[in-house]
Amino acid sequence: MASKAKTKSVISDEVMISMDNVNKWYGNFHVLRDINLTVHKGERIVICGPSGSGKSTLIRCLNRLEEHQAGTINVQGIEINNDLKNIDEIRRDVGMVFQHFNLFPHLTILENCTLAPIWVRKMPKADAEEIAMKYLTRVKIPEQAHKYPGQLSGGQQQRVAIARSLCMEPKLMLFDEPTSALDPEMIKEVLDTMVQLAEDGMSMICVTHEMGFARKVANRVIFMDEGQIVEQNEPEAFFNNPQSERTKLFLSQILDH
Amino acid sequence: MSRTSSFIYDRQIRGIIFQMFLVFGLLLGAWWLGNNTLINLAEQGKSLGFNFLEQTSGFQISSTLGTWAMEYNVGTSTYLDVYFIGIINTFLVAALGIIAATFLGFALGIMRLSQNMVVKGFATVYVEVLRNVPLLLQLFFWYFAVLRALPSRRGQVEIFEGAAGINITGLYLPAPIAQSGAGVLGLAFILFVGIAIWLKRWAKKRQYETGQIFPAFWVGLGLIVFGTSLVYLLMGQPIDWSFPVFKDTGPALRRGFQIGDGMVIVPEFIAVWLALSLYTAAFIAEIVRAGILAVSKGQTEASYSLGLRPGVTLRLVIIPQALRVIIPPLTSQYLNLTKNSSLAVAIAYPELVSIFAGTALNQVGKEIEMIAMMMSVYLTFSLLTSAFMNWFNARVKLVDR
Amino acid sequence: MAVSKKQKYAFIRSEDAPVLPPPASQAGITGWLWQNIFASMADYSSLGASIISLMVALLSVCILYFGGIQIYGLIDFAIFSAVWSDPQVIKREACWTVDQGGALPSGWHGACWPFVMAKHKFIMYGPYPSEELWRVNLTGLIGLLGLGWVLFERLPYRKQVGAALLTLYPLLAFILLTGGNSGASFGSVSLWLIIGLAIISVGRMGKRGFLGATFTEFSGLIGFAGWVFVIYNAIRGMAAVDFGLEPIDTRDWGGVLITLVVAITGIVASLPLGIILALGRRSEMPVARLLSTIFIEFWRGIPLITVLFMASVMLPLFMPEGVNFDNLLRALIGVMLFSAAYMAEVVRGGLQAIDKGQYEGAQAMGLSYWQTMRLVILPQALTHVIPGIVNTFIGLFKDTTLVSIVGIFDLLGAGQSAISDAAWSTPVQALTMYIYIAVLFFIFCFGMSRYSIYMENKLSKSRSH
Repeated sequence: MASKAKTKSVISDEVMISMDNVNKWYGNFHVLRDINLTVHKGERIVICGPSGSGKSTLIRCLNRLEEHQAGTINVQGIEINNDLKNIDEIRRDVGMVFQHFNLFPHLTILENCTLAPIWVRKMPKADAEEIAMKYLTRVKIPEQAHKYPGQLSGGQQQRVAIARSLCMEPKLMLFDEPTSALDPEMIKEVLDTMVQLAEDGMSMICVTHEMGFARKVANRVIFMDEGQIVEQNEPEAFFNNPQSERTKLFLSQILDH
Repeated sequence: MSRTSSFIYDRQIRGIIFQMFLVFGLLLGAWWLGNNTLINLAEQGKSLGFNFLEQTSGFQISSTLGTWAMEYNVGTSTYLDVYFIGIINTFLVAALGIIAATFLGFALGIMRLSQNMVVKGFATVYVEVLRNVPLLLQLFFWYFAVLRALPSRRGQVEIFEGAAGINITGLYLPAPIAQSGAGVLGLAFILFVGIAIWLKRWAKKRQYETGQIFPAFWVGLGLIVFGTSLVYLLMGQPIDWSFPVFKDTGPALRRGFQIGDGMVIVPEFIAVWLALSLYTAAFIAEIVRAGILAVSKGQTEASYSLGLRPGVTLRLVIIPQALRVIIPPLTSQYLNLTKNSSLAVAIAYPELVSIFAGTALNQVGKEIEMIAMMMSVYLTFSLLTSAFMNWFNARVKLVDR
Repeated sequence: MAVSKKQKYAFIRSEDAPVLPPPASQAGITGWLWQNIFASMADYSSLGASIISLMVALLSVCILYFGGIQIYGLIDFAIFSAVWSDPQVIKREACWTVDQGGALPSGWHGACWPFVMAKHKFIMYGPYPSEELWRVNLTGLIGLLGLGWVLFERLPYRKQVGAALLTLYPLLAFILLTGGNSGASFGSVSLWLIIGLAIISVGRMGKRGFLGATFTEFSGLIGFAGWVFVIYNAIRGMAAVDFGLEPIDTRDWGGVLITLVVAITGIVASLPLGIILALGRRSEMPVARLLSTIFIEFWRGIPLITVLFMASVMLPLFMPEGVNFDNLLRALIGVMLFSAAYMAEVVRGGLQAIDKGQYEGAQAMGLSYWQTMRLVILPQALTHVIPGIVNTFIGLFKDTTLVSIVGIFDLLGAGQSAISDAAWSTPVQALTMYIYIAVLFFIFCFGMSRYSIYMENKLSKSRSH
């Protein structure tokens, strides 16, 4: 069946993200230890690991939702620090999808999607709506455009969240456990959307427990534990031949149910 | 089952019978109370009627907005005038109290959310202390302990030399006197406000069409402030000020602030306004804090990750959601403040309860009529507030399935 | 062209990265200072942020400076500079400066605690005769013990003690405080008791079917009426017994005694009425709903002071000749009706929070409306609303100060009266007394609000499993 086939990946040499010796503390707790990571344009990366391992913290550092205290992070050549202009530029080109969707409940779906293009990219309303409808069609729910988030199911809301991020036409998408809060029957529709996105060439970093998705889409799987990157490899090598003991333990826990 | 018992078992019939008993019992009770009242009134030689409203009142009322508005004169003004003066003074102190309490309350609520321990600590202490001490005690504190400590009528504490001062008889401020041309100034002000509003609409439309953002708020504000000032100067400063005059030489009995110059705010008003504002601000602070906390952190994060700046996020995402939670309890607090203004009777600020249900009632003696008139004012305001709250809630309800 | 990056990715960590201590800005004293004080003043990335940072810095400085002055001033007034004792019993002269003829240095400004200590009994009990104070103390002690029993979780029979507290205790308190001996004739009391018992028997017989089907239906109602007669007259009877206690008119009560009596009576008496009103407002019968709504909105829309005025001025007009309410009773009635409206809203909130499934389950079991309410709904609803009830009580406790305006001597009224005592007249007299009373109120209200928060947290934890 076509769904079993691996998606093609076109990875360029251009470096999108480089993290060097990144360390982060929450008070006394050393939450990210010595993170070194390079991401090229076109790559699809899946990060997995036990809860508390720092996976979400890592990707949240990439758009400055969290601050790192040591090391450097460069996104598309721009360094992430306290300079507001840098942060603005980075956030324009990096989109993020959250576990709990975080749609704006007081705005319609269409308004959710056009808010950022109008106020950040300063587009006229008509153009923004055109782009919004284009992406809403891409995630297959254009007919919901004038409804409110409270009227949609979880799977629909998450797809709207993806469309909302896409409306800013980002170069990189970050996914923070996008399907963890969904009922089982809705997980597939969201994962299919993400697969389609990957096939269209979007670079993405995805924190998730969905290993089927990883096998299908990722060109690299990273395992994190206790704030450090323990192992990373191509999916086949990672799943079939994990090297580290901790990786083996984790995989045995999540794959055998 | 016999016909009767099925009759009794029927829920609807039982409900109707119960309600009939309820109405009957209520009417019986009302008749009994009313009958007693009429008998007691007849014994005291009184009768029901509203004619007393046309009698002239026999007591002096301290100078306040109400007395000024109704041009009160002992001997010519009627009890109906007294009623209106009471209403005006109540709403004056309530309106000014609401404004002050809202500003202070919002500031304190935001301060309580600050990361800074000093600022947060101060706001927390303020809220806890003011909420747990009775309002009447706070009123007494301001009136008896603070305002009484001011210099006597022959002295003053100068706030601005020659322009404002305060002593135990009140706060003296310059009074504006409208000259010819002031009307034009007023019109100009309204015109500028209108232009500012139109500007905002135009800017929004422009943003829809071209995407460019125009700072209509600041431009409009600047227009109102500078434009009005310009017209003021051009018209030759058509507002004259009557400054309070303070004599500190001459015969002892004539020293102090002279009557007739400037405007005086009586210490009773200051005490009531201070006590009401500070007390209600503590409650408003908690409401604001709860409202802002009710908006989940994920909303801010989603907004930031889309590239929206903190200012825009606050305006378009956070505040609309927070206001939905804040406004209903906020209007309750406004209602409470208005009702609490009745405490002014304890220090003789001439609001509705104190002059109408207090002094006037003592003179006229028509308890039922007067108390009914007084309560209808409060009830009207309360019902209006409830209606507004219901309308607001229905209008901004987040659409659910 | 896709470049194979197979070898490039494979990575296995050979040794763990070291767990390092955080940089100074995160932990330790510097970290704490940074997070809690200076971080909010350091953001100058945009115009808005700069303004906020500067304002926070300015506010902090102002608060520390002025707050420090005020707090130091207060502590100095209340503790360091205060006069604590008056060994020669010279009363106000103990707190006079040399300019006024006393012993303290010129410019002295401090609290006059002997004044408070001398007035202490007055503040607590009002003009209650000193020999009879044991009665007030006994009432208070029993009340506290009962309350503690109900609140402390490990003790047995909490429900029974609670029920006794709500029913027997008020009667006991009434007898102890006023002296009982109310003068109701035993003849009339006995007559009504017998009538009540007879009605109950009729109800019982009706229930067992001896009097036909119609009676069986109404037996509940009849029995209820009978019990009302019995209980009312039992209370009248008990109140009329002469226990040998000296009768004390309510005019001799004052201070904290009055405040507690008004607040507690208000809350306890308004609870049943509030429950009935809440049920009425949610009823399907339009008349009941309309009447309840009118009642609630009326009493909530007017200030308490007007209620007290109404009660003290209009209540005598409504009663038939010869029925004379004393001042305190009029205020109590006004407070009770006022508080019932607020209590109704609180209970209504609790009823609304109960899942519809509870009503349906009870109906499916065949329980009647009143049984459902009594056994299933109200127990759950009342637990939900305990924080709300405590909050209403705190509000009522503060509102009792208003009775001083209608001539009843509560804590604040007693304080005002103490201040006007010329034997203690000093410039610091008013301030000392106000601080003392404010502290009393604050301790009580703050304590209760902490308890309410504690209960809220406990209840929400037990609810969300």
